[in-house]
Amino acid sequence: MKCRVCRGPAVVDVRRHNAAFCRDHFLHHCEEQVRRAIDAYDMCDGSARVLVAVSGGKDSLALWDLLLRLGYDADGLYLGLGIGEYSDESTEYARAHASALGRTLHEVDLASDYGYDIPGAARATHRAPCGACGLSKRHLFNAAALEHGYDVVATGHNLDDEAAVLLGNVLRWDTGYLGRQHPVLPAAPGFVRKVKPLVRLGERETAAYCVLRRIDYQVEECPMAAGNRHLGYKDVLNALEDRSPGTKAAFLFGFLERGHARFTDEADIEREALRPCISCGAPTPGEVCAFCRLRERATGTAVTLESKG
Amino acid sequence: MKVLLRNPRREVEVRGPITVMSLLERLELNPESVLVIVADELVTRDARLADTDAVEIRPVISGGAA
Repeated sequence: MKCRVCRGPAVVDVRRHNAAFCRDHFLHHCEEQVRRAIDAYDMCDGSARVLVAVSGGKDSLALWDLLLRLGYDADGLYLGLGIGEYSDESTEYARAHASALGRTLHEVDLASDYGYDIPGAARATHRAPCGACGLSKRHLFNAAALEHGYDVVATGHNLDDEAAVLLGNVLRWDTGYLGRQHPVLPAAPGFVRKVKPLVRLGERETAAYCVLRRIDYQVEECPMAAGNRHLGYKDVLNALEDRSPGTKAAFLFGFLERGHARFTDEADIEREALRPCISCGAPTPGEVCAFCRLRERATGTAVTLESKG
Repeated sequence: MKVLLRNPRREVEVRGPITVMSLLERLELNPESVLVIVADELVTRDARLADTDAVEIRPVISGGAA
């Protein structure tokens, strides 16, 4: 295969673009896709202080690198989940990347800062660990951004992630989630703006970006995610993509262009009904937010008004 | 050739020469879900692998939906 731009030997093919690229033109392609996503969805301006949610995996490390190369003022936040060796290793990847970039990495540890970890929370709630993990991340990334004065939280959700979430939301016709599924969640009282600048890049592209930039990332999959529903959706979508390249992008961007607006009313009503959690102050539809309820169950102690979080 | 697979980490022996595409077909892997790396460099699906190559097939699918 030859590079679409320079006709030199290609190292990566991107079938949905019917293209292959050499190293330099692939790296440029990735930067352009992120730049286009930020511009198209008006994610943030050049003066914004950005907090990147860093896991140690390919997407978040690539995102942090790309945002800095595009000139954004971006620091990282790592959340220690307490998933044994997996978490120990991911911490090292996140710290090494922060050091290589010369940027600040904020660290929050679930066990020492909040008294629980993800395996413990899953046992206590009798629910899938990914639910407790996602809830903890959403709450704590937002809280850390507010605490440290960042304007925007950027997450490494890529095209495959978003297409898989969309498939799950459609299969259940979860109209509330469909209304909230967008590359930008605007700021609101108690909420920092949240953006997904990798939405135009597939995860094969973010992995290739890391390999070509020599960014060392955690290849091993989270042991708690094995066999989860989200991975099943990705398998289905990749089978379709293999037969018909461009399917995932058409599915996601067709929804964003022609479907999303039909579901926003419900999401707007839900958001307007939010009020501060009596324990931590985060916006919630009830008296106590989902994070504080999770923490209460995971630690076995009532969350008080003075407790951290 | 030695082929390193991940998640779980294991090694299989495959006779070369063979193209990347044929290797993936033989191992029943979807090209959308992996990168193929030879001597620390990415290779495209039309690349021909020699019997002496050390090949890594790296999955790119992450499971977190949060």
